[in-house]
Amino acid sequence: MTATTPAGTASGTSATPTSTTSGGGLAGGRPSPGGTPGPAHTGSAATRVLGLLALVAVGVLVLYGLVISPADREMADSVRIMYVHVPAATLLYVGCFITTVASGLWLWKRTPGWDALAESGAEVGLVFSIVTLFSGSLWGRPTWGTYWVWDARLTSTAVLTALLIGYLALRRLDLDPDARSTRAAVLGLLLVPNVIVVNRSVEWWRSIHQDSTLARLDPTIEGDMLVALMVGFLAMALVFTWLLVHRFRVAWLEQQADRVDLDAALLARRAEAADAEPAPGSAATAGFDPPAGSAPTVPTDAAGAGGPSTGADPTDEKGTPT
Amino acid sequence: MWRDASLIAGRDLRVEARSRVTLNQVAPFALLVLILFAFALDPDGPILERATPGLYWVTVLFSALLAIARSAALDETDGVRDALRLSALDPAGVFVGKAAAVAAELAALEVLLGVGVIILYGADPASLGLLLATCLAATVAVASTGTLYGALVSGLRVRETLLPLLLLPVLAPVLIAATRAFESALGGDPARGWPWCGLLATFAVLYSVAGALAYGTLLEGS
Repeated sequence: MTATTPAGTASGTSATPTSTTSGGGLAGGRPSPGGTPGPAHTGSAATRVLGLLALVAVGVLVLYGLVISPADREMADSVRIMYVHVPAATLLYVGCFITTVASGLWLWKRTPGWDALAESGAEVGLVFSIVTLFSGSLWGRPTWGTYWVWDARLTSTAVLTALLIGYLALRRLDLDPDARSTRAAVLGLLLVPNVIVVNRSVEWWRSIHQDSTLARLDPTIEGDMLVALMVGFLAMALVFTWLLVHRFRVAWLEQQADRVDLDAALLARRAEAADAEPAPGSAATAGFDPPAGSAPTVPTDAAGAGGPSTGADPTDEKGTPT
Repeated sequence: MWRDASLIAGRDLRVEARSRVTLNQVAPFALLVLILFAFALDPDGPILERATPGLYWVTVLFSALLAIARSAALDETDGVRDALRLSALDPAGVFVGKAAAVAAELAALEVLLGVGVIILYGADPASLGLLLATCLAATVAVASTGTLYGALVSGLRVRETLLPLLLLPVLAPVLIAATRAFESALGGDPARGWPWCGLLATFAVLYSVAGALAYGTLLEGS
């Protein structure tokens, strides 16, 4: 799983399927450091194959889950929800794990790929947590007679969803990208420990109050039902990977776009400064050139000109006429 | 580190002693919440008595949010953050100091709320040892977690709204454990409460260590 692509090949050609694994590097077409725009889409040959496989697997899952596999003796047809629910719940934890590991690696290596991977892991994880909660309550209605019970697993999944929403809320803030990444990485690093603590304590809480927790899935599952569950795992894992790779590429392109915008903003500032330079004695700039070395005390004019991180380079603000 | 911690704790408490924000605003708010709960639940019925431990700790958590936000806000003005960065104080010490100051304020709040619960809800503090141990562990847990998450959101324009979203799910185990411990203490069955107290202590140690380790990164990186 390489989060950083070798900074080499020119932009445009997308015929280098470097990896098909989750979170793989951007296969070709990465915007060059100079700031040329990158590709307008996040697909590549490898992910198209992956997407096709995911689609086929979902098709097989529908066939197996809804047609071939028999209804359960106790749960009847509602058991079919499990073929989506259980894999989704498992992958939710995989997403959290990816976020925590990638956050730790970002804090250690400071390469932007890990940051993008942490974000994509949490976001795809949130999608799967919503799928888990939604399918779980759909299953609970006919089985337990209610959409929600204060079961340990349900409760801790709900708290986990809140944790993911909080993490993504922090990521959505309009901040200096590095500061945001640092804060998000600390939060992401705490994600899995938080999940473990919450899960343990909630389980303990419920086990004291309820003598026997409700059996969720018959452990002795066999035959076509087992096959259906396995197909479910495969299909969901493929969908998860496909979403993760694409989300990673979007995050990566966002980072590049931020940088491009920043470069453009800096260039614009420099051009303005250069325009103001040629007439040093004129009235427009007469009282406006602070001596070199003094702190720039120009009012916050730079904030109006857009760009993700205004005021990044104080020296550029010096010559800006208000 | 400990010297730095006592410096920072002393500073935060001195600011509090002069500004009296916790005393004049957070403490009345906490008492107000107790009264609101009585409005929401029938004060003469058995519900309030049964729910007392939970209501107590929910009130503590809500008041703690205010105290934590206040503690984080102290470092946002007048370039205090930069000063801390340049001061060569140990970041872990800064964290411990800030958490200790928050814990002191929270402890005072909890005593006040405890008196309030005894008077208003008619709670009977039977097993005092368990109650005090629970309060101590939960206070350290909330203060250390809160200081860490307060640093995560400090300086942001949306900090007031973001802090509860980030902090409350993390503090869910504290609420569970402290409520169970209080339930068994008030219900006259302290033996069942001590394991919960142990969970609180573990939580407190875990997040104190995590906060002390992470605070430097947060102080430097933003």
